[in-house]
Amino acid sequence: MSVTFSINGVKVEAATGDNVLDTARTNGFEIPSLCHHEAVSPYGACRLCLVEINKGGRKKITTSCNYEVLDGIDVKTDSPEIHKHRAMVLELILAEAPKSEQVQALAAQYGVKQSRFANAKNDEAQKDRDNCILCGLCTRVCSEIVEVNALTFNGRGDKRGVGSPYLEQPQTCIACGACAWVCPTDCIGFSEEDGVRKVHRWGRELPMAKDENGRPVAPVFQLHHFKKRVGLPDDFFKKAPGSR
Amino acid sequence: MEMNKIDAIIDRYNKAPSALLAIMQDVQDQERYLPREAMDRIAQQLSVPIARVYQMATFFESFHLEPRGKHICTVCMGTACHVRGATRLVEALERDLEIASGETTKDLQFTIEEVNCVGACALGPLVIIDGEYHGTMTSGRLGKLVKKMKKASAKEDAGGDN
Repeated sequence: MSVTFSINGVKVEAATGDNVLDTARTNGFEIPSLCHHEAVSPYGACRLCLVEINKGGRKKITTSCNYEVLDGIDVKTDSPEIHKHRAMVLELILAEAPKSEQVQALAAQYGVKQSRFANAKNDEAQKDRDNCILCGLCTRVCSEIVEVNALTFNGRGDKRGVGSPYLEQPQTCIACGACAWVCPTDCIGFSEEDGVRKVHRWGRELPMAKDENGRPVAPVFQLHHFKKRVGLPDDFFKKAPGSR
Repeated sequence: MEMNKIDAIIDRYNKAPSALLAIMQDVQDQERYLPREAMDRIAQQLSVPIARVYQMATFFESFHLEPRGKHICTVCMGTACHVRGATRLVEALERDLEIASGETTKDLQFTIEEVNCVGACALGPLVIIDGEYHGTMTSGRLGKLVKKMKKASAKEDAGGDN
């Protein structure tokens, strides 16, 4: 089933169940966001993808990432009012992630150079949060894509954080690094040195398996996870890449 | 903690993942807190990621991950109680029980808790001990109350040994 509606006056088509943000981007409209990735479920945490939706004469400003497309709606991706709201949201996010270059650049685009708000991370309990904006991309990737559920939100309100259960080295983590890759503020950290894979923020360290030429491939745990999921032969990763 | 008691609770809900919250509440009712082994067991039995159990346990204020005392002393710190000297009541409790607010005595008998308002402002300052509301409390009366409870719990323990 397909749905027809308009974005900034241009007619677009989308499949039922699609969200407004992805449809707009596919059609070349720019909407900023920090917590969205097309591979995982929408979450509506960063509030940057705000758009104005006119549905049967009723206008409202809402997040486009978790707004399902509907026949006949009118979407406006930018207006002075939307701009004002995004600037406010960016000021709040900037307070959470003052050191993040991506956030700084995005804020500058909306005329925000400095945040008026205090950084909640001066609080002892929040210290290790760094530039984390609690967008939930790492937890969603870990559960929906990698399917190991090594990460989760904990606490709530100003004590909300993200990490492993019991805040220890996550036992189910395969150190794949997907969380570090998807993080919009680069606050997780990932490295490979001397045959050891490290995901810094969760304190996960795993030794890497070597192929027949003695080159490190990936952590043993990760290879095991891959082999089980795809059904590969046991010695698959022992062979050099060219001879697999 | 006896694992078969935990298992009995889980079985009562037919190991349904949707009953996670209810199971956690029942376990807490029984153990007075959520022991880590119990959370691991629930996750394993319901085939729910431990991350999810941990997330829920830390989200709700009513779940406790540390052992708690048999007797819970809750001091209301709402505005009305605060201006009538609730801080002094907390200090009195801390002195009498030799623990800080939010902590539990070593013998697992008492826990001091602060709460932001229980909606009985006319009775302030208010202390709730084991669910019983004690209004217009003074540190003197509170001291006597704690002494009585300490005596009673010591007697109970001695009785239990015989």
